[in-house]
Amino acid sequence: MVAVARGGSGGIGPPRRGGFRGVVPPGRYSTTWRWAVLLVTAVYFLLPLWAALRFAGIGAFGSVISESGFTSSLALSVRLAAITTLVTIALMLPTAVYVHLRLPKLRRLLEGITILPLVIPPVVLIVGVLAIAPGFIKSTPLLLALEYVILAMPFAYRAIDAGLRALDLKTIVEAAGSLGAGWGSTLWRVLLPNLRTALLPATVLTVALVLGEFTMASLALYQTFPVWIYVNSQTSGQVSVAASLLALFVTWIVLLAITVLGSRQSRKTGGGEVTLFTVAPTETRGD
Amino acid sequence: MGQATQAPGSRTDPGVAGPGPAAGPASRVTLALRWLRLVAGVVPFGIYVTLGLLLPMIAVAVGAFQNNDGGFTFSNVSAATHGIYLKGFWQSIILSLLTSVIPGILGLLIAYAIFTAKRGKVLRQVAITAAGVFANFGGVPLAFLFIATLGSSGLVSQWLTSLGFNPYDHGFTLYSLTGVVVVYLYFQIPLMVLVILPALEGLRPAWREAAENLGARTWEYWRYVGGPVLLPSFLGCVLLLFGSALSAYATTEALTNGTIPLTAIQIGSFLNGNVIAGQENIGKALGLGMVVIIAIAMIVYVVMQRRAARWLR
Repeated sequence: MVAVARGGSGGIGPPRRGGFRGVVPPGRYSTTWRWAVLLVTAVYFLLPLWAALRFAGIGAFGSVISESGFTSSLALSVRLAAITTLVTIALMLPTAVYVHLRLPKLRRLLEGITILPLVIPPVVLIVGVLAIAPGFIKSTPLLLALEYVILAMPFAYRAIDAGLRALDLKTIVEAAGSLGAGWGSTLWRVLLPNLRTALLPATVLTVALVLGEFTMASLALYQTFPVWIYVNSQTSGQVSVAASLLALFVTWIVLLAITVLGSRQSRKTGGGEVTLFTVAPTETRGD
Repeated sequence: MGQATQAPGSRTDPGVAGPGPAAGPASRVTLALRWLRLVAGVVPFGIYVTLGLLLPMIAVAVGAFQNNDGGFTFSNVSAATHGIYLKGFWQSIILSLLTSVIPGILGLLIAYAIFTAKRGKVLRQVAITAAGVFANFGGVPLAFLFIATLGSSGLVSQWLTSLGFNPYDHGFTLYSLTGVVVVYLYFQIPLMVLVILPALEGLRPAWREAAENLGARTWEYWRYVGGPVLLPSFLGCVLLLFGSALSAYATTEALTNGTIPLTAIQIGSFLNGNVIAGQENIGKALGLGMVVIIAIAMIVYVVMQRRAARWLR
């Protein structure tokens, strides 16, 4: 459907294995334009951060933390991120494995379905959700977490799909089966460790999405961290700018922590390099 | 987990198994049963998508044609395509076009610069993590960041003023369409970098070397090799940015206080209940309108894709 749907697979050409690191031999092409581009980009992205830091002042950060609602809204956001990630993986991993193994014809359909949340505006989706959701679920944050799973699907599926393509799935599953493992233990004890490098980017993107999502949360009347910043912004300019910066830093720290922990884990299990979209397994599997 | 554990034939044949030729004269019932067992593994996913995505969208589409008593009516759709709502659609489309094409091109350039950098491994890690954060950073916090930077008394505005160029004397204001575009770049460029990188990985250095060995100059390489390979993915990514820009609204609302009426803002106000009683379903008609816009964008994308395919030959 959409060309980008093939994200992670490299799209064109035979599947990468071991990865083409894509680095042009040194000294062959002009590098000045590259550094100019990167410099301008860095300035554009860092200048607002610096300006906001100057505007807020260090003192404002202290008053953000003591502001009422800070802890509870941050806790809600983190909880939502955890639930969403777990449900996303629990739903997408078995489905993707199953489709890869037994219903390869459905792969394109699955790609098509999972790209939909990227093009359907969340503001429209939440209108429909609020129209049909039963009352008992509306009063719990569960509703929001369940919808975030839908929003996270595009990136999560693509990351898992890329990981599965890099594995010799059939052999692995058959080997597990011949050693007496059922589907459950094959998934849990064989595929999950093998797919750690693919699940990491899925997790990172899901967490970033949940911690930053504003539209659905505010319209469904949940006070997540971004919503709290908005509600709080009416009181003090400096404090809300400080809170905005804090939101960015918190997300960044959480993502870095996930990436570092995940990389360490995958090194232990002999996985490949960890990046968000590329999964390049080192050739240690199988034999 | 667990859902797929009840999958068929788990212990005996966990490998690849298509429906296969039925052994002997299998009755229709056995065939149906076999088919059911085969699709059982995707049932949880199917149910989830139906409940979380399909049913809500159907509710929006149906509600757009219903009056408050549940009867059929065109009045919502007609209200949604006139006056202030029509203006909202136009503004949304213009803004989304600007903020998908510009960051699309810039993002491609930046992604390519990151991708081909020497010793780029660390740079790539940092850039991709940063892109993941910035792509999801929007709404009110982003508006605050830019008010502190480019607002009338923001840091950069003050710098420029002290250099003798006050942007606010030369027609620029952060609270206009131009300003909103500048702010949108802050999350659209990272999104572009994230989604275009996989396509860049498909661009082999060997191809460039081969082209050069055959005597191609830089622009010839891009015209005949690099461009054609990247174009389909590039178009797809721009479509994605269009969708993302269309649905973003908190940033604009915080910046402009509603002087730029966007459809997404209008839908939000229906949910917040700031509307006359009896008009709630206009919000659903507006939602349907947004889906239609996206559908048209996708059709344009497919047509361009075809054109591109012809150009590639």
